[in-house]
Amino acid sequence: MRAISAGPPTRTALGRARKSQTYVISRVFIGKIALLIAVATVGLVFLVPLFWMVSTSVKPSDQVWLIPPAWIPRKFVWENFSEPWNNLPFPRFYLNTIIISVLSVVGMVVSSSMVAYAFARLRFRGRGIMFLLLLSTLMLPNHITLIPQYVLFNWMGWVNTTYPLWVPTFFAGAFNTFLLRQYMMSIPNEMDEAARMDGAGYFAIYARIIMPLSKPVLGVVAINTFTFHWNDFFGPLIYLTEQNNFTIALGLRILQGDYFQEFPVQHIMSMTLISILPVMVLFFIAQRYFIQGIVISGVKG
Amino acid sequence: MAFSLGLSFFKTDLLTGKKFIGFEHYADLLTSDPLFVRSVVNTFLFTLGVVPVATILSLLVAMLLNRGVWFQGVWRTVYYIPSLVSGVAVAILWIWLFAPVEPTKGLVNQGLSIFGIDPGPGWIYSEDWALIAIMIMSLWSVGQTMLIYLAGLQSVPTTFYEAASIDGAGPLRRFWHVTIPMLTPTIFFNVVINFIGSFQIFTFALIATEGGPNNATLTMVLYLYRKSFEQFHFGYASAVGWILFGIIMFFTVFMFRSSSVWVYYEGELRR
Repeated sequence: MRAISAGPPTRTALGRARKSQTYVISRVFIGKIALLIAVATVGLVFLVPLFWMVSTSVKPSDQVWLIPPAWIPRKFVWENFSEPWNNLPFPRFYLNTIIISVLSVVGMVVSSSMVAYAFARLRFRGRGIMFLLLLSTLMLPNHITLIPQYVLFNWMGWVNTTYPLWVPTFFAGAFNTFLLRQYMMSIPNEMDEAARMDGAGYFAIYARIIMPLSKPVLGVVAINTFTFHWNDFFGPLIYLTEQNNFTIALGLRILQGDYFQEFPVQHIMSMTLISILPVMVLFFIAQRYFIQGIVISGVKG
Repeated sequence: MAFSLGLSFFKTDLLTGKKFIGFEHYADLLTSDPLFVRSVVNTFLFTLGVVPVATILSLLVAMLLNRGVWFQGVWRTVYYIPSLVSGVAVAILWIWLFAPVEPTKGLVNQGLSIFGIDPGPGWIYSEDWALIAIMIMSLWSVGQTMLIYLAGLQSVPTTFYEAASIDGAGPLRRFWHVTIPMLTPTIFFNVVINFIGSFQIFTFALIATEGGPNNATLTMVLYLYRKSFEQFHFGYASAVGWILFGIIMFFTVFMFRSSSVWVYYEGELRR
C-alpha cells in the first residue's frame, strides 16, 4: 500500500490530469448529444407535415385516416398522381406556370442588369434623380398599386391573359436593379478601360465584362424571381379568369375546392407535392444562391 | 399611385363611370362598416400573435444551430425547407393536418392527444381557433427569418465572448450583454419585415378559411380583395388599401424612430 502511494508523483499527477480530461470530454460530448436531440426534435416538428404530405400522396384510400397514422403505406398507389393529373388540366397548369416563370426570369435578368449597368457605369443627365425615383418605388406598397395596375391592364385588354404576370418583368424590378447596381459598382473600372482599349463599345463591355463578373448576384436575382413567380398566388388570382390560363397555384385551389371533398385527400396531396417539387429541386441544386440571397437582403438591410 | 388615391374618393365600378364623393368612403369605412372594423381587429390580432412568436422561435433555433451542433448544414436546410413551399400549398397542407372532416383524426390533434389534450380544438372550424390556426401556418415558414438570425449570430466576433468570459460573465449574461446588443440590427430588420408581411396576410385566410368562420379570419387584404375583385367597388377598396398603408407606415416609422434607443450599430458614432 505504502509503496504504491509513495510511487513517483509524476505518474499520479498524470493519471489525475488524464482522468479530468476524459471527464471534460465526456461532459462536452453529452452536451453535444443534448444539443443534437433538441435541434432534431424541433426539426422533426418542422418536417412532419411535409413527410405526411409525401406519405399520404401514395397511400391507398383506406389508409389515409388511420389512428395512429400509417407513415409508410402498405402499398404505393401511383394512380394517386396520374388520376388527378389527367382529370384536371394539370399539364396545362404546369406549362402555364413554367412559361410565366421562365419568361419572368429572362425578363428580370436582362432588363434589370441593363438598367443597373446604366446606373453603375454610364453618365447621363438626371441619373441621380432617376435613381432616387427608382428607389422610391421600392417603398410603394403592393396593395396600393394593385388596383391602378389592374385598371391599366383591364384597359389594355390584358385581363385573362398571362401578360400582366410576366411582361412587367421586362421593365426591370427596382429591388433587383438596386442589388445589381451595388454589385457592379464594386467591379473595378480598369476592366472596362482595358476592354475599351481593345475597341469594345458600351454594349460589348456590358455583355463580355460586366455580365460574366456579376454572375453570383445574377444567380440570386434569377432564383428569387423564379421562386416568386412559381409560388405567386395573388397575381394569377386576379388576372386569370379562364381555366385554360390557370397556373398551378390556381389549379390547386380548384382541387381543394369547397370544404366538402370532391377530390380525395391523397390526390390533393399528390398534386400539392408536384407543385412544390420544382422549387425544391432548384433549391438543392443552387442552395448557395438561396442562402446568399437571404443573407444579402437580410444582414445588409 | 396618385390614381389610386384619387380613386378612393370616387364611387365607381370602372364600367359605368364615376362620381366624386370626397371622403365619404373613409367615413363609411370607419363609422358604418362593422366588417371593415372586424378585419382591422383580426389583422392586428394576427400580427400581435405572429411577430413576437416568430422572433423568439427563430432566434432560439438559430442560437441552437450556432452552438456547433453536428450536421449544422442539414438542420439549416430542414428548418428552411417549409419556407420554400408556396402559400397555397402551405394552406392546403395544413387544412388537412387540421383535418376538415373529423378534427379528432387530424394529425395535429392526434399529436396533441399524446400530451393529454383530447379532444383538441376545432382549428379552422372553430371561431375561437381559426385565427390561431392561420398563425401556426405562418409560423411554420419562419425558416427565412431563422437563417437571417443565424447569419447575424455568426458575424458576432468571438473575441467579445472571450472578453466577457474573462470578466466573469456566465452564459446568461453573455447572451444578454453581448449577443442581444450585437444582434439588435438583425432583430430590428426581421421585426420590421415580419410586421409588414403579416399585416398583408391574405393567402391563408382566403384558402384555408375563406375569412370564416363567421368572419373570424377576415383580414384587411382579404376584405380589399372581396370589395374590389369580387364586388367591383374599386373606389371603396382603394380606400381600404390606403388605410392599410397608413397603418403599416405609422408603425414602421414608429419602429424606425424607436430604433435609435434600442438598436446598436457597430459603426455608429455615439453622441
